[in-house]
Amino acid sequence: MNEPWGPHDLGGQKGGPVDLAEHDTAYWEWQIDAMIRLSLKKGLISDFAELRDGVEQLTQDDYDRCSYYERWAKSLAHTLVSRGVVSDEQLTKQIESVRRRQEAGA
Amino acid sequence: MNVPLFDVGQRVRIHDRTPPVHHRVPNYVKGQVGTVERVCGMHGEPEKFIRGDGNPRQRIYRIKIQQENLWQEYQGSARDCLEVEIFEHWLEAAK
Amino acid sequence: MTDHDHDHEHDHSRTFQADHAEPTSDGARIGLALRELLIEAGHYTAEEEQTVIAAMQGASPRDGGKIAARAWVDAEYKKRLLDNGAAAIRELGYEIEPYEFTVMENDSSTHNIIVCTLCSCYPRSLLGMSPAWYKSSTYRARVVREPRTVLTEFGVKLTNDIDVRVHDSTAELRYMVLPERPIGTEDWSEAKLAALITRDSLIGTQRELVLP
Repeated sequence: MNEPWGPHDLGGQKGGPVDLAEHDTAYWEWQIDAMIRLSLKKGLISDFAELRDGVEQLTQDDYDRCSYYERWAKSLAHTLVSRGVVSDEQLTKQIESVRRRQEAGA
Repeated sequence: MNVPLFDVGQRVRIHDRTPPVHHRVPNYVKGQVGTVERVCGMHGEPEKFIRGDGNPRQRIYRIKIQQENLWQEYQGSARDCLEVEIFEHWLEAAK
Repeated sequence: MTDHDHDHEHDHSRTFQADHAEPTSDGARIGLALRELLIEAGHYTAEEEQTVIAAMQGASPRDGGKIAARAWVDAEYKKRLLDNGAAAIRELGYEIEPYEFTVMENDSSTHNIIVCTLCSCYPRSLLGMSPAWYKSSTYRARVVREPRTVLTEFGVKLTNDIDVRVHDSTAELRYMVLPERPIGTEDWSEAKLAALITRDSLIGTQRELVLP
Protein backbone atom coordinates (compact mmCIF):
# COMPACT_ATOMS: atom_id res chain seq x y z
CA MET A 1 0.00 0.00 0.00
CA ASN A 2 1.26 3.47 -0.82
CA GLU A 3 1.73 6.39 1.53
CA PRO A 4 -1.36 8.51 2.10
CA TRP A 5 -0.97 11.73 0.19
CA GLY A 6 -2.74 13.90 2.76
CA PRO A 7 -4.78 13.64 5.94
CA HIS A 8 -7.86 12.86 3.85
CA ASP A 9 -6.31 9.94 1.96
CA LEU A 10 -7.64 7.38 4.39
CA GLY A 11 -8.38 4.30 2.29
CA GLY A 12 -6.62 1.25 3.67
CA GLN A 13 -5.45 2.77 6.95
CA LYS A 14 -6.02 0.80 10.11
CA GLY A 15 -8.70 1.80 12.55
CA GLY A 16 -10.87 0.82 15.46
CA PRO A 17 -14.50 -0.30 15.33
CA VAL A 18 -16.85 1.98 13.44
CA ASP A 19 -18.91 4.09 15.84
CA LEU A 20 -22.50 3.47 14.81
CA ALA A 21 -24.02 6.24 16.93
CA GLU A 22 -26.40 8.48 15.04
CA HIS A 23 -25.84 12.22 15.19
CA ASP A 24 -28.55 14.63 14.18
CA THR A 25 -27.25 17.41 11.98
CA ALA A 26 -27.07 20.57 14.08
CA TYR A 27 -28.67 23.69 12.60
CA TRP A 28 -25.31 25.45 12.33
CA GLU A 29 -24.10 22.50 10.24
CA TRP A 30 -27.01 22.93 7.83
CA GLN A 31 -26.04 26.60 7.65
CA ILE A 32 -22.45 25.71 6.69
CA ASP A 33 -23.76 23.34 4.04
CA ALA A 34 -26.10 26.01 2.67
CA MET A 35 -23.26 28.54 2.67
CA ILE A 36 -21.15 26.21 0.54
CA ARG A 37 -23.97 25.63 -1.94
CA LEU A 38 -24.78 29.32 -2.14
CA SER A 39 -21.10 30.25 -2.53
CA LEU A 40 -20.98 27.97 -5.56
CA LYS A 41 -24.29 29.21 -6.91
CA LYS A 42 -23.29 32.86 -6.54
CA GLY A 43 -19.87 32.30 -8.09
CA LEU A 44 -17.87 33.11 -4.95
CA ILE A 45 -16.05 29.87 -5.68
CA SER A 46 -16.08 28.22 -9.08
CA ASP A 47 -15.78 24.55 -8.30
CA PHE A 48 -16.23 22.18 -5.42
CA ALA A 49 -12.67 21.01 -6.10
CA GLU A 50 -11.44 24.21 -4.45
CA LEU A 51 -13.08 23.19 -1.20
CA ARG A 52 -11.83 19.62 -1.30
CA ASP A 53 -8.38 21.00 -1.95
CA GLY A 54 -8.71 23.28 1.09
CA VAL A 55 -9.72 20.38 3.32
CA GLU A 56 -6.83 18.27 2.04
CA GLN A 57 -4.41 21.03 2.97
CA LEU A 58 -5.44 21.04 6.61
CA THR A 59 -2.78 19.75 8.96
CA GLN A 60 -3.15 16.16 10.14
CA ASP A 61 -3.94 17.49 13.58
CA ASP A 62 -6.63 19.88 12.35
CA TYR A 63 -8.11 17.16 10.18
CA ASP A 64 -8.31 14.69 13.07
CA ARG A 65 -9.66 17.17 15.60
CA CYS A 66 -12.27 18.77 13.39
CA SER A 67 -15.66 17.40 12.56
CA TYR A 68 -16.88 17.09 8.99
CA TYR A 69 -18.53 20.53 8.85
CA GLU A 70 -15.74 22.23 10.75
CA ARG A 71 -13.33 21.08 8.05
CA TRP A 72 -15.50 22.44 5.26
CA ALA A 73 -15.93 25.73 7.16
CA LYS A 74 -12.17 26.13 7.52
CA SER A 75 -11.64 25.26 3.87
CA LEU A 76 -14.29 27.71 2.68
CA ALA A 77 -12.85 30.47 4.88
CA HIS A 78 -9.36 29.87 3.49
CA THR A 79 -10.67 29.82 -0.08
CA LEU A 80 -12.75 32.99 0.24
CA VAL A 81 -9.93 34.88 1.95
CA SER A 82 -7.46 33.91 -0.77
CA ARG A 83 -10.02 34.93 -3.38
CA GLY A 84 -10.44 38.29 -1.66
CA VAL A 85 -14.17 37.83 -0.98
CA VAL A 86 -13.53 38.53 2.68
CA SER A 87 -10.38 39.71 4.40
CA ASP A 88 -8.51 37.91 7.14
CA GLU A 89 -9.01 40.96 9.35
CA GLN A 90 -12.78 41.04 8.82
CA LEU A 91 -13.00 37.35 9.54
CA THR A 92 -10.93 37.58 12.71
CA LYS A 93 -13.12 40.43 14.00
CA GLN A 94 -16.30 38.57 13.16
CA ILE A 95 -15.14 35.36 14.83
CA GLU A 96 -14.44 37.38 17.96
CA SER A 97 -17.91 38.89 17.75
CA VAL A 98 -19.47 35.42 17.43
CA ARG A 99 -17.46 34.21 20.39
CA ARG A 100 -18.54 37.16 22.58
CA ARG A 101 -22.19 36.66 21.73
CA GLN A 102 -22.02 32.94 22.40
CA GLU A 103 -20.33 33.49 25.74
CA ALA A 104 -22.90 36.12 26.69
CA GLY A 105 -25.55 33.50 25.98
CA ALA A 106 -27.01 35.31 23.00
CA MET B 1 -10.61 13.84 -27.21
CA ASN B 2 -14.07 12.29 -26.92
CA VAL B 3 -13.39 8.78 -28.22
CA PRO B 4 -12.69 6.57 -25.21
CA LEU B 5 -9.11 5.33 -25.01
CA PHE B 6 -10.07 2.16 -23.15
CA ASP B 7 -12.82 -0.41 -23.59
CA VAL B 8 -14.92 -2.33 -21.12
CA GLY B 9 -13.01 -5.41 -20.02
CA GLN B 10 -9.62 -3.97 -20.94
CA ARG B 11 -6.80 -4.37 -18.44
CA VAL B 12 -5.39 -1.05 -17.30
CA ARG B 13 -2.84 0.18 -14.79
CA ILE B 14 -3.47 3.19 -12.57
CA HIS B 15 -0.41 5.42 -12.54
CA ASP B 16 1.69 5.40 -9.43
CA ARG B 17 2.56 9.03 -8.93
CA THR B 18 1.97 11.73 -6.39
CA PRO B 19 1.44 15.12 -7.98
CA PRO B 20 1.76 17.95 -5.43
CA VAL B 21 -1.82 19.07 -6.05
CA HIS B 22 -5.35 17.90 -5.41
CA HIS B 23 -6.00 14.65 -7.24
CA ARG B 24 -8.79 12.12 -6.89
CA VAL B 25 -6.79 8.91 -6.81
CA PRO B 26 -6.60 7.17 -3.44
CA ASN B 27 -3.16 5.95 -2.36
CA TYR B 28 -4.18 2.34 -2.18
CA VAL B 29 -5.01 1.98 -5.90
CA LYS B 30 -1.94 3.74 -7.29
CA GLY B 31 0.13 1.36 -9.38
CA GLN B 32 -2.62 -1.27 -9.37
CA VAL B 33 -3.89 -3.19 -12.37
CA GLY B 34 -7.60 -3.70 -12.91
CA THR B 35 -10.16 -4.02 -15.66
CA VAL B 36 -12.48 -1.39 -17.04
CA GLU B 37 -15.90 -2.12 -15.56
CA ARG B 38 -17.59 0.72 -17.42
CA VAL B 39 -16.81 3.71 -19.58
CA CYS B 40 -18.36 6.79 -18.00
CA GLY B 41 -18.88 10.33 -19.20
CA MET B 42 -16.79 13.45 -19.55
CA HIS B 43 -16.30 15.60 -16.46
CA GLY B 44 -14.19 18.56 -15.35
CA GLU B 45 -10.86 17.20 -14.19
CA PRO B 46 -10.23 18.67 -10.70
CA GLU B 47 -6.45 18.21 -10.72
CA LYS B 48 -6.08 20.31 -13.84
CA PHE B 49 -8.58 22.81 -12.48
CA ILE B 50 -6.61 23.28 -9.26
CA ARG B 51 -3.38 23.64 -11.23
CA GLY B 52 -5.02 26.47 -13.13
CA ASP B 53 -5.25 24.60 -16.44
CA GLY B 54 -8.85 25.65 -16.91
CA ASN B 55 -11.62 23.11 -16.44
CA PRO B 56 -11.02 20.64 -19.27
CA ARG B 57 -13.43 17.75 -19.46
CA GLN B 58 -11.95 14.32 -19.44
CA ARG B 59 -13.40 10.84 -19.49
CA ILE B 60 -13.86 8.81 -16.34
CA TYR B 61 -13.61 5.02 -16.21
CA ARG B 62 -14.76 2.68 -13.48
CA ILE B 63 -11.91 0.30 -12.74
CA LYS B 64 -12.48 -3.02 -10.99
CA ILE B 65 -9.59 -4.40 -8.95
CA GLN B 66 -9.49 -7.79 -7.21
CA GLN B 67 -9.25 -7.30 -3.45
CA GLU B 68 -6.69 -10.07 -3.07
CA ASN B 69 -4.39 -8.04 -5.33
CA LEU B 70 -4.80 -4.92 -3.20
CA TRP B 71 -4.22 -6.32 0.26
CA GLN B 72 -1.72 -8.94 1.36
CA GLU B 73 -3.85 -10.26 4.16
CA TYR B 74 -7.27 -9.76 2.53
CA GLN B 75 -10.00 -11.79 4.25
CA GLY B 76 -12.76 -12.87 1.94
CA SER B 77 -13.59 -14.40 -1.38
CA ALA B 78 -11.18 -14.41 -4.35
CA ARG B 79 -14.05 -12.84 -6.28
CA ASP B 80 -14.35 -9.80 -3.99
CA CYS B 81 -13.47 -6.59 -5.75
CA LEU B 82 -12.95 -2.88 -5.23
CA GLU B 83 -14.20 -0.44 -7.85
CA VAL B 84 -13.07 3.15 -8.30
CA GLU B 85 -13.62 5.99 -10.77
CA ILE B 86 -10.45 7.23 -12.43
CA PHE B 87 -9.87 10.00 -14.98
CA GLU B 88 -8.37 8.91 -18.28
CA HIS B 89 -4.99 10.60 -17.85
CA TRP B 90 -4.24 8.41 -14.85
CA LEU B 91 -4.59 5.18 -16.83
CA GLU B 92 -2.49 3.20 -19.26
CA ALA B 93 -3.09 -0.11 -21.01
CA ALA B 94 -1.67 -3.11 -19.17
CA LYS B 95 -0.86 -6.59 -20.44
CA MET C 1 -15.01 6.43 23.88
CA THR C 2 -11.74 8.11 22.86
CA ASP C 3 -9.24 5.37 22.28
CA HIS C 4 -6.31 6.30 20.10
CA ASP C 5 -4.16 3.35 19.18
CA HIS C 6 -0.69 4.58 18.25
CA ASP C 7 1.22 1.35 17.82
CA HIS C 8 1.86 1.99 14.14
CA GLU C 9 3.34 5.04 12.48
CA HIS C 10 0.47 5.43 10.06
CA ASP C 11 -2.21 4.01 12.28
CA HIS C 12 -5.04 6.48 12.38
CA SER C 13 -7.18 4.30 14.63
CA ARG C 14 -10.18 6.16 15.87
CA THR C 15 -13.09 4.97 17.89
CA PHE C 16 -14.28 8.48 18.62
CA GLN C 17 -16.74 9.82 16.09
CA ALA C 18 -15.41 13.30 15.44
CA ASP C 19 -18.34 14.23 13.29
CA HIS C 20 -20.40 16.22 15.69
CA ALA C 21 -19.27 19.43 17.32
CA GLU C 22 -20.73 22.29 19.25
CA PRO C 23 -21.21 25.69 17.60
CA THR C 24 -18.61 27.02 20.04
CA SER C 25 -15.75 25.03 18.50
CA ASP C 26 -13.27 27.14 16.57
CA GLY C 27 -14.22 25.58 13.26
CA ALA C 28 -17.90 26.26 13.89
CA ARG C 29 -17.17 29.86 14.86
CA ILE C 30 -15.20 30.36 11.66
CA GLY C 31 -18.17 29.05 9.70
CA LEU C 32 -20.73 31.15 11.56
CA ALA C 33 -18.58 34.29 11.29
CA LEU C 34 -18.07 33.72 7.58
CA ARG C 35 -21.79 33.27 7.10
CA GLU C 36 -22.53 36.57 8.82
CA LEU C 37 -19.98 38.39 6.67
CA LEU C 38 -21.36 36.94 3.45
CA ILE C 39 -24.95 37.82 4.33
CA GLU C 40 -23.93 41.30 5.50
CA ALA C 41 -22.08 41.88 2.22
CA GLY C 42 -25.19 40.85 0.32
CA HIS C 43 -23.78 37.72 -1.30
CA TYR C 44 -26.87 35.84 -0.19
CA THR C 45 -29.83 36.39 2.10
CA ALA C 46 -31.11 34.58 5.17
CA GLU C 47 -34.20 33.72 3.11
CA GLU C 48 -32.12 32.07 0.42
CA GLU C 49 -30.32 30.18 3.15
CA GLN C 50 -33.59 28.94 4.58
CA THR C 51 -34.78 27.81 1.16
CA VAL C 52 -31.60 25.82 0.58
CA ILE C 53 -31.76 24.25 4.04
CA ALA C 54 -35.43 23.33 3.62
CA ALA C 55 -34.63 21.62 0.31
CA MET C 56 -31.77 19.66 1.86
CA GLN C 57 -33.88 18.69 4.86
CA GLY C 58 -36.63 17.59 2.50
CA ALA C 59 -34.50 14.85 0.98
CA SER C 60 -34.48 11.53 2.78
CA PRO C 61 -33.94 7.81 2.22
CA ARG C 62 -37.66 7.65 1.36
CA ASP C 63 -36.67 9.09 -2.01
CA GLY C 64 -34.14 6.32 -2.56
CA GLY C 65 -36.79 3.88 -1.42
CA LYS C 66 -39.23 5.11 -4.06
CA ILE C 67 -36.62 4.69 -6.78
CA ALA C 68 -35.77 1.18 -5.60
CA ALA C 69 -39.42 0.13 -5.34
CA ARG C 70 -40.11 1.34 -8.89
CA ALA C 71 -37.18 -0.78 -10.09
CA TRP C 72 -38.57 -3.81 -8.27
CA VAL C 73 -42.03 -3.58 -9.82
CA ASP C 74 -41.00 -2.48 -13.32
CA ALA C 75 -38.33 -4.62 -14.99
CA GLU C 76 -37.87 -2.20 -17.89
CA TYR C 77 -37.43 0.69 -15.49
CA LYS C 78 -34.84 -1.32 -13.59
CA LYS C 79 -32.87 -1.84 -16.80
CA ARG C 80 -32.92 1.89 -17.51
CA LEU C 81 -31.93 2.65 -13.92
CA LEU C 82 -28.95 0.32 -13.99
CA ASP C 83 -27.89 1.57 -17.40
CA ASN C 84 -28.23 5.33 -16.88
CA GLY C 85 -29.28 6.21 -13.36
CA ALA C 86 -29.39 9.98 -13.85
CA ALA C 87 -31.80 9.73 -16.78
CA ALA C 88 -33.97 7.13 -15.03
CA ILE C 89 -34.41 9.16 -11.85
CA ARG C 90 -35.32 12.20 -13.92
CA GLU C 91 -38.40 10.20 -15.01
CA LEU C 92 -39.45 10.25 -11.34
CA GLY C 93 -38.73 13.96 -10.93
CA TYR C 94 -35.31 13.66 -9.30
CA GLU C 95 -32.18 15.45 -10.40
CA ILE C 96 -28.55 14.82 -9.48
CA GLU C 97 -26.74 16.99 -12.04
CA PRO C 98 -23.81 17.05 -12.73
CA TYR C 99 -23.11 13.69 -11.18
CA GLU C 100 -23.62 10.28 -12.79
CA PHE C 101 -26.06 8.41 -10.62
CA THR C 102 -24.95 4.78 -10.52
CA VAL C 103 -27.10 2.03 -9.05
CA MET C 104 -25.53 -1.27 -8.03
CA GLU C 105 -27.85 -4.23 -7.73
CA ASN C 106 -27.63 -6.76 -4.91
CA ASP C 107 -28.60 -10.33 -5.66
CA SER C 108 -28.29 -13.74 -4.06
CA SER C 109 -24.57 -13.96 -4.88
CA THR C 110 -23.56 -10.28 -4.73
CA HIS C 111 -23.42 -7.64 -2.03
CA ASN C 112 -22.55 -4.03 -2.82
CA ILE C 113 -21.28 -1.41 -0.37
CA ILE C 114 -20.51 2.27 -0.95
CA VAL C 115 -17.87 4.56 0.52
CA CYS C 116 -16.02 7.74 -0.39
CA THR C 117 -12.60 7.29 1.19
CA LEU C 118 -11.32 10.71 0.14
CA CYS C 119 -14.09 12.94 1.47
CA SER C 120 -17.51 11.26 2.07
CA CYS C 121 -19.27 12.04 -1.22
CA TYR C 122 -22.87 10.88 -0.98
CA PRO C 123 -26.04 11.44 -3.08
CA ARG C 124 -27.58 13.78 -0.50
CA SER C 125 -30.23 15.20 -2.81
CA LEU C 126 -31.62 11.67 -3.17
CA LEU C 127 -30.94 10.05 0.18
CA GLY C 128 -30.80 12.97 2.62
CA MET C 129 -27.91 13.57 4.98
CA SER C 130 -25.25 10.90 5.16
CA PRO C 131 -24.89 9.03 8.44
CA ALA C 132 -22.18 10.11 10.88
CA TRP C 133 -20.40 6.76 10.49
CA TYR C 134 -20.25 7.16 6.71
CA LYS C 135 -18.22 10.34 7.23
CA SER C 136 -16.01 8.77 9.90
CA SER C 137 -12.31 8.10 9.44
CA THR C 138 -12.75 4.52 10.61
CA TYR C 139 -15.37 3.62 8.00
CA ARG C 140 -13.51 5.38 5.21
CA ALA C 141 -10.22 3.75 6.16
CA ARG C 142 -11.41 0.20 6.83
CA VAL C 143 -14.29 -0.67 4.54
CA VAL C 144 -12.13 -0.79 1.40
CA ARG C 145 -9.62 -3.11 3.07
CA GLU C 146 -11.79 -5.33 5.28
CA PRO C 147 -15.35 -4.93 4.07
CA ARG C 148 -16.58 -8.23 5.48
CA THR C 149 -15.33 -7.40 8.98
CA VAL C 150 -16.85 -3.93 8.84
CA LEU C 151 -20.12 -5.48 7.64
CA THR C 152 -20.21 -7.79 10.67
CA GLU C 153 -20.00 -4.66 12.85
CA PHE C 154 -23.22 -3.58 11.14
CA GLY C 155 -24.74 -7.00 11.77
CA VAL C 156 -24.27 -8.29 8.22
CA LYS C 157 -22.54 -11.66 8.06
CA LEU C 158 -21.69 -12.90 4.60
CA THR C 159 -20.44 -16.32 3.58
CA ASN C 160 -17.87 -16.56 0.81
CA ASP C 161 -20.42 -17.69 -1.75
CA ILE C 162 -21.55 -14.06 -1.80
CA ASP C 163 -19.18 -11.70 -3.64
CA VAL C 164 -18.52 -8.33 -2.03
CA ARG C 165 -18.12 -5.30 -4.31
CA VAL C 166 -16.86 -2.16 -2.62
CA HIS C 167 -17.42 1.07 -4.55
CA ASP C 168 -15.18 4.02 -3.70
CA SER C 169 -16.85 7.17 -4.98
CA THR C 170 -13.64 8.89 -6.04
CA ALA C 171 -14.83 11.18 -8.81
CA GLU C 172 -18.14 12.32 -10.31
CA LEU C 173 -20.30 9.27 -9.77
CA ARG C 174 -22.77 8.99 -6.92
CA TYR C 175 -24.06 5.63 -5.83
CA MET C 176 -27.02 3.79 -4.45
CA VAL C 177 -27.41 0.11 -3.77
CA LEU C 178 -30.57 -1.54 -5.09
CA PRO C 179 -31.34 -4.04 -2.34
CA GLU C 180 -32.64 -7.48 -3.22
CA ARG C 181 -36.42 -7.60 -3.16
CA PRO C 182 -37.53 -9.75 -0.21
CA ILE C 183 -39.39 -13.00 -0.84
CA GLY C 184 -43.06 -12.84 0.05
CA THR C 185 -43.63 -9.34 -1.37
CA GLU C 186 -44.76 -10.43 -4.81
CA ASP C 187 -48.17 -8.74 -4.73
CA TRP C 188 -47.23 -5.69 -2.69
CA SER C 189 -47.93 -2.17 -3.86
CA GLU C 190 -45.06 0.08 -4.81
CA ALA C 191 -45.72 2.28 -1.76
CA LYS C 192 -45.66 -0.69 0.60
CA LEU C 193 -42.41 -1.89 -0.97
CA ALA C 194 -40.80 1.56 -0.73
CA ALA C 195 -41.58 1.66 3.00
CA LEU C 196 -39.41 -1.44 3.52
CA ILE C 197 -36.27 0.22 2.29
CA THR C 198 -33.85 1.76 4.77
CA ARG C 199 -31.00 4.22 4.43
CA ASP C 200 -28.45 1.58 5.36
CA SER C 201 -29.73 -0.88 2.76
CA LEU C 202 -29.19 1.83 0.11
CA ILE C 203 -25.57 2.33 1.24
CA GLY C 204 -24.87 -1.37 1.67
CA THR C 205 -24.42 -1.71 5.41
CA GLN C 206 -27.68 -3.62 5.60
CA ARG C 207 -28.53 -6.58 3.38
CA GLU C 208 -31.76 -8.15 4.59
CA LEU C 209 -34.84 -5.97 4.70
CA VAL C 210 -37.19 -6.47 7.60
CA LEU C 211 -40.79 -7.33 6.78
CA PRO C 212 -43.35 -5.86 9.18
